[in-house]
This record gives sequence, C-alpha cells and structure tokens, in this order.
Amino acid sequence: MAESLLSIENLRTYFYTEAGVARAVDGVSFHIDAGETVGLVGESGSGKSVTALSLLRLIVPPGRIEPDSRMVFEGRDLLRLSDEDMRRVRGNRIAMIFQEPMTALNPVFTVGDQIAEVSRVHERASRKAAWKRAVEMLELVGIPAPEDRAKEYPHQLSGGMRQRVVIAMALMMRPALVIADEPTTALDVTIQAQILDLLKDLQQRFGTSILLITHDMGVVAETASRVMVMYGGEIVEEAPVGRIFAAPHHPYTEGLLGAMPRVGEERERLRTIPGTVPPPTNWPSGCRFHDRCPYSWDRTEREHPPLYEVETGHFSRCHLAEEPQRRSQPHEPMVALT
Amino acid sequence: MTASVVTGAPRTESREPKTPLLSVRNLTKHYERKAGLFGGSKGVVRAVDGVSFDVFPGETLGLVGESGCGKTTTGRAILRLIEPTSGDIVFDGQDVLRLDAAPLRRLRRKMQIIFQDPFSSLNPRMTIGAIVREGITIHRLAEGAEADRRVKQLLQEVGLRPEYANRYPHEFSGGQRQRVGIARALSVQPNFIVCDEPVSALDVSVQAQVINLLQDLQRDRGLSYLFIAHDLSVVEHIADRVAVMYLGHIVELANARDLYREPLMPYTQALLSAVPVPEPVGKRERIVLQGDVPSPANPPSGCVFHPRCHHPKKDAACAKIIPPLEEKAPGHFVACIKQPPTSVTWEAQRSNGATNQPERYIPRAAIGRNLA
Repeated sequence: MAESLLSIENLRTYFYTEAGVARAVDGVSFHIDAGETVGLVGESGSGKSVTALSLLRLIVPPGRIEPDSRMVFEGRDLLRLSDEDMRRVRGNRIAMIFQEPMTALNPVFTVGDQIAEVSRVHERASRKAAWKRAVEMLELVGIPAPEDRAKEYPHQLSGGMRQRVVIAMALMMRPALVIADEPTTALDVTIQAQILDLLKDLQQRFGTSILLITHDMGVVAETASRVMVMYGGEIVEEAPVGRIFAAPHHPYTEGLLGAMPRVGEERERLRTIPGTVPPPTNWPSGCRFHDRCPYSWDRTEREHPPLYEVETGHFSRCHLAEEPQRRSQPHEPMVALT
Repeated sequence: MTASVVTGAPRTESREPKTPLLSVRNLTKHYERKAGLFGGSKGVVRAVDGVSFDVFPGETLGLVGESGCGKTTTGRAILRLIEPTSGDIVFDGQDVLRLDAAPLRRLRRKMQIIFQDPFSSLNPRMTIGAIVREGITIHRLAEGAEADRRVKQLLQEVGLRPEYANRYPHEFSGGQRQRVGIARALSVQPNFIVCDEPVSALDVSVQAQVINLLQDLQRDRGLSYLFIAHDLSVVEHIADRVAVMYLGHIVELANARDLYREPLMPYTQALLSAVPVPEPVGKRERIVLQGDVPSPANPPSGCVFHPRCHHPKKDAACAKIIPPLEEKAPGHFVACIKQPPTSVTWEAQRSNGATNQPERYIPRAAIGRNLA
C-alpha cells in the first residue's frame, strides 16, 4: 500500500485552563490518501476544529499539542519542523478554508491583492506576475469579470463570491491538502450547492485531498468518500461514506442520523440524543458517550472502548462490537433519568 | 403592461373551513435608501413587497427562503416590531396596524416571538427566573408566590429544572437557552408564536429536542406557529403548510406534502434540489442556479425570479408580467405564468412578447431522492 499523504497518530491537543485541563483532542489517529475527500463530522465541542488547527500547528497557549503526538505529512513529521519550515508548509502544501469568509479576508485590501500576496510570499513572484495569477485564480473559481472583481474589496462581494475568493486563495499554490472547516455553513442552500460543486470540480482537476469538517451529514454524503465521526475528543466511528449511512455502528452516529429531519420523509417525532456534549475538562469514564447511550451497560461505564473493526474498513469505538446482542435491548439513557 | 397582482389572499376555505387566527394582506415594508447624511432618497429597498397569507388556529405555517428574501421582516412586521409600510394584518378579529400603544401591548400577550440566537436574546444580567417572570408581571397575570409557582411550572414544561430559576444565561448551553426563550414566550399564554429560525443555531441532536418540544407544546396548548427557517427539511417536518419567499414575494404556498412532492415554482424546485441529502447513493441531479439573488433595491421587472429561472418555456413575457399567486391545484398557490393553469391568458402573454405556451414542468432533480 502506498504511503498516505497525511497520517496522524495519537494526536492529543490539551488546553491548560483555570477550570482544569481541557482534553479537546484526545488520541486521534487517521490518514488521508492523495486525491481523497474525508469528512470529519461532529457537533460543537467534539474537537473537530481543534483537530484542524492542530494540523496547521495553529494552537496557541494555553493550548498545547502533547509531545508524543505524530503528524506525518508528505513524509515529514510536522511537529518536528522548525517554525520557518512550518510556515512554508502552511498555505503552500496545506491550505485552509474557513467557515466565515468575511473574517478570513482583510477588509482594507482588494481581493486581488490578497490572493496575489500568497504568490508573492510563497513564490517570491513579482507584483505584476502575482496579480496576473490572482486574476487567473478568480476566473478558475467561477467569478465573472475577474479583472474587475480583483479590484474590489470583500464587502463589495456577496457571501458566495467571498467564499470563492477564499477558495482561490487556498488553491493558489496547488496545495496537496485543503482543510475546509464548515466551508458552506454560512451560505444559503443554493449557494452552498454551487460551492460544493466547485470544490469537487477543482479537486478532480488538481487531485487535491480535502479534509472536510462539518456538522452536516448531508454535505458529507454528497462530498466525501470516507467519514470520521468525532465525539468527546475522539474518533468514535470511521467508515466508507456508504456504510456510515447504511449501517451506522456507533450509537452516537445512529443518534445523529435519527435526529435529522430529511426532505421527503414523514415522521411524527424526531429521535433525540438526550443531554448535551460533556465539557472537555471532564470526559465521562469508560465510553464517553455512555451516559447518553440507550444501550449502555456496566462495562461501558468502566472500560474505555478501543476502535473495533466491525467490517472491512469500518471502525467503531463501541463495545457492542463484542456484545452485539445488547443492541436489541435499548433503555432510557442515564442522563434522561437524572 | 398587463400586470395583475393578487389582492386577496390565497383562499383555502375549501379544505380549511375554520376562520383564520391571523390574516395578512398585501403586507409591504420598504426602506428608503439615503445618499449620505443629508442626501436625498436613492430609491427604496423592497424588503417585503405585497405578501398575503393566513394562519389558522393550531396550524404551523412554514415560511422559507434564503437570506434577504424578507422572511424575518415579515415575521417582525406582523408583531409590529418593525412598522410595515402598508398592508392589513388582522389577528383574532383585531386590526393590528391601527392599534394604539396600550391595546397593542395587550395584543402582544397573545402574539409572541422566539428568536434565532439564544445568546443575544436573553439579558445576561437577569436570572432565568426573572426573564421568564417579566412578562407575567408586565401583563399582571400573577404576582408574588403565584408568579414564582408559574415560573417554575414553565421551566419544567420546557424541560428545565425549576431550581435553574436562580441561574444566569451564561451558565446554559445553546439548547437550554432556547428553552428559556420558549418559556418566556409561553409565560403570557399566547395563542400565536412567530418562531424566527429557532433551531438554526443549534447542533443536530439539540435541534431535534427543541423541535419535538415545540410540537408537544403546540399539541398541549393549541398554539399556532409562523415558523421561519431556511432549512427546508426542518420546515417540512414541522409545518402543515409552507410558503416560499423570494425577493420580498411569496412565490409558492401549499400543503407541506404537496409542496415537497410537486414543487411548481421553478425557484422552489431549485431550492429543494440544492438540499444535501444524507444518503450517498450515486450522483444526484441538481438544479444549480446561476449567480446570486438580485438586490431588493433593484428587483427584476415582471417575475422577480426570471433572470435565474430554468423553466424551459421562459420567455420575454416573464420579464414583463408580474405573475399572480394563483391556485394551480387545490390549495396549491404558485406565482408562475408558465405553469398551467394560469389566469394570465395566452393573448395577454403574447402581447407582452411571449413565444412559448405554458407547459407543466417538474424536473426530476426537484424532487428529493426519497420521493423518486
């Protein structure tokens, strides 16, 4: 098997706060192959965004990436790079697209200048050459009249156009990996469809790998080939996209899918997951989902589950893998009873 | 120009014999754009431009559309949190737009609102109990120990522990705060609530809890909701009827089931086809609209959707004739002169440059895969 573009082993990112140690990312391992789109799904507080920021080494005190974490990208351990080398990786080999394009763009520079800056910094391109490249990129991401648009400021563009500008900036250096953190969450649904199509199209053209971070299972279903579900700072399930929807194994994944209303489906009531995501300073013992789980039993309270391989390429951090008969005996979750 | 505008509201009496609790007719809200501090008018922004609908007792009417379509302005204008420019609003037999301050305050006891952002809509200096109690005191519904008892009962009803009454909003999660907002709305015993994107800021699992709560409360208290949202799957789940807004106009209004199974307005079709479906089975066809929504300061002539429309029979008449919101099937109202039947005659269309006869058009991509 070829070596992965990115492989992460036991990533732990902790925040040392007055309220205690927040174990936001707590032993995450995964890999991304060249040209692959991997979805990272989870709710607020699950650790998905901190995972992304850790990949770019953008964690600042009181946060810290714990020393035994490993992040190997294109054969190099990112955690051993000098700050200078890491800066060359950022924006050049790994780029990031943020949720809110207005905050990712500088309001006092034209969008053309901001895109051109990427090429000036990373390629030491001349002012003129960089500007020309910026206009080309704007055209590539489907912005009409790119020469004129390049001279405009972010506030003069619509939300969808701004997100295209951010994508143009991210792809300027033809990075091997793009981390897209909720890239369409701030956009309307018809604009979201345009942006997702654009990302897919650009990925096919350049063979870029994408780590797509989202809370929206629908976006993942239409974009990713593999999905990882995060809960409590850990990956609790990982599977090819078809399997996660057809046969979710982890009760949390099952709960998330059951809680979503879907167009064209008539249901009297939505299934809910009682309670809320626990605080990262105080993850529950054993399985971190046990108090909200309808199948929990004494073992889940005591014993932290490993990632079991439940079928080829499908992993689940749930003891049901060893005691599947318990799935037929759901009960009221513990939090619902308190 | 043959411009016909619907003046009455879509009638649904045939299947809804009840009298509406709320009737909105030709509601408009125009904002004047000023050129500089002392400059003259630069024209008007037509945020809401002639909207009519009814809400019946015990019903949920969904109001969907993308940012800037006027759905939030419509919701607030009904409560007169924004003063409408013109139109008629009748609530429970009362002419809302002609009420003075005192009767308006009394009326607001009956009409409440739940806001989108549970972080900015609760006063951080007030305890949860004080927030819920405020309306009870203002409307003199109870005082002293009786008011305390009611607050505790309300907190319990929305799924919060009564002892939380002494805590402050920052101590709660988004979902819990939204429950506080719901308890506050319920405290004055309304029979109508405008829910303005009440679950958009919440995580999926919490969203489901709040939706179920809103449905339980509706059943137990016989509430009517105007449920404003941009998430079409949430609206389909909770609404009995759905109105779709685009650039200040209602462009389609129907039973939820009919609207999602047989969307007739090309804009609704595009909207439905854009919703990502959590079922990765093969490739889905999708109607991808070109460009962005035009500015309401300078809306397109004729049908406001015509520049982005994908109806194969679209022609010059669409840019000239304002399409009336008319009944195409029982209880199913659509503003499109190219979807038959239409009251805009072929002669009228031809004299406005029409070249294509109307023809029924529902692309496969418009219907969610689950329905196909």
